[in-house]
Amino acid sequence: MATEKARIAAASRLRADSPVARRRRLVERLVQAVLFLAAFSAVAITVAIVATLLIESATFFRHVSLWEFLTDTQWTPLFENARYGIAPLVAGTLTTSLVALLVAVPLGTITAIYLSEFAKPRVREVVKPILELISGVPTVVFGYFALLFVTPLLQKFMPGLPGFNMLGPGIVIGIMIVPYISSLSEDAMRAVPMHLREASYAMGASRFQTALRVVVPAALSGIVASYVLGISRAVGETMVVAIAAGQQPNLTFDPTEAAATITAYIVQVAMGDLPHGSIGYQSIFAAGLTLFAITLFFNLIGHWVRRRYREAY
Amino acid sequence: MRLTPEQLHSLSVRHKAKDLAFEVIGLVVMLVSLLVLAALFAQLVADGLVRINGSFFLEFPSRRAEQAGILSAWVGSLLVMLVTAFAAVPIGVAAGIYLEEYAGKGWLAQAIEINVSNLAGVPSIIYGLLALGLLVYGLGLGQSILTAGLTLGMLILPIVIVATREALRAVPGTIREASFGLGATRWQTIRHHVLPYSSAGILTGIIIGLSRAIGETAPIITIGALTFIAFLPPAPITATPPFLNMDWLASPFTVMPIQMFNWVSRPDPAFHVNAAAAGVVLVAMTLLMNATAIWLRYRARKRIKW
Repeated sequence: MATEKARIAAASRLRADSPVARRRRLVERLVQAVLFLAAFSAVAITVAIVATLLIESATFFRHVSLWEFLTDTQWTPLFENARYGIAPLVAGTLTTSLVALLVAVPLGTITAIYLSEFAKPRVREVVKPILELISGVPTVVFGYFALLFVTPLLQKFMPGLPGFNMLGPGIVIGIMIVPYISSLSEDAMRAVPMHLREASYAMGASRFQTALRVVVPAALSGIVASYVLGISRAVGETMVVAIAAGQQPNLTFDPTEAAATITAYIVQVAMGDLPHGSIGYQSIFAAGLTLFAITLFFNLIGHWVRRRYREAY
Repeated sequence: MRLTPEQLHSLSVRHKAKDLAFEVIGLVVMLVSLLVLAALFAQLVADGLVRINGSFFLEFPSRRAEQAGILSAWVGSLLVMLVTAFAAVPIGVAAGIYLEEYAGKGWLAQAIEINVSNLAGVPSIIYGLLALGLLVYGLGLGQSILTAGLTLGMLILPIVIVATREALRAVPGTIREASFGLGATRWQTIRHHVLPYSSAGILTGIIIGLSRAIGETAPIITIGALTFIAFLPPAPITATPPFLNMDWLASPFTVMPIQMFNWVSRPDPAFHVNAAAAGVVLVAMTLLMNATAIWLRYRARKRIKW
């Protein structure tokens, strides 16, 4: 018995030391290292984003005090008499996002509840891929819709509405993010186990009561996470507002006025030919840093909501 | 509280009515959002279709709207996509394999995971700023096809990684165990078994990522791409040896969404027709790619029964 064991051990030692085995181990280690480097590139990109934004903004903040950046009410970095208050851009960003959410949250939530709890499987199987298809449409096309269809249509009901405004783009961004919200919320509601619904029905609850008081609360973390993703998309949306909102920094929360968002400002500057290293060039990095901070904030809230309110079934 | 049969009956009737009411409301809301979108696309097609003919694809942009075409735009999009695919696919698939098959639960693996999911939520224009600061000026790549392709490659990397991981996760562990049991190493198992079985899923993710990249405008504008390009980049394939010419990587370019943005931003309505036509082409391209991806996934699910 003991000799048997010793022989096996000797044999395996022999195999582990053989050139074939050694080559195999080397290949394994090499492959693993290469794969790790690829995975690590995600970290490298994040570091590069933060570093680029910080380094270029640092030069900007050497000319402009952080206090002025945060409190001044005008944003005119390209004018003779330059003012560097980010507030008008933030106001434009928040206003268009708010309009978008007022459209997307009700439409998306009702569609999700309908698809998950009421629709026949056939309907769901047809509508879900359509929603996925819509979320692949380029945003520049939605900008075209905002400028040339939605705003002229709105002007029929609101004669005073200017050609560039935040209402039209806001509505279009809202329509654009309905598929995200409805698709993710529907996934969350479908993940609610059947026995919760069955228990509700057994207590005599109707389909609507079950949907509203059992399924929606149970899926709330996923639903809220989809809202947060929607906010993040709306805040970072660029082309719709760059085309249809007017590109004029304007400290207002009135959606019927023209204004610029952070993203639209970056596009506007990039379209012109500002010399590399000028303060106007650096101002887009300061604006980008602000945008990055805002979306990071919402993304972190999303993570937190998903973790904090996840229901354990 | 006790209810008489009559009360119970009326209660159930009321609830049934509510159910029906919500069902109708839900259907209407869903149809309204779908119909609004359908109407918008129908308008786009109605406006743009008149301009779509052979010469629209073969002409350069022009000052005169009726003569302008999208030749430089679709060629540019094609070349940029080539670079994007070459950058994002190997790195994305490799990263997906590492995270799914190798990474443990350590802090490093967690940090990478958090980074991947955070990158997916970073607005695309931020990638443009990264490319402007790092690639255009930092590394001196200029406003070239190479810069644009790498930028979009970074942008779709999270999509490819996530899709790869999902595809790998769908391969049951028994396959791996069988392979290990026969003495195969981890990499042999992945290369000969896990990867081939998950290739349909990975391909789906790659197509969706590329279709996202083809429609992206903001990051390309941010790196300073020109909107008016009346020439083609040098051909990648030449008639004389060495047959491959890499000069096109450094060439200025334009892409489909930028061409459309340029036309839509002009005050002259004649150019809006061109914008609509470019929009039809763009939407057709992305829808086709997405539909292929959805179909692939559907087929892969049907074919493979674990």
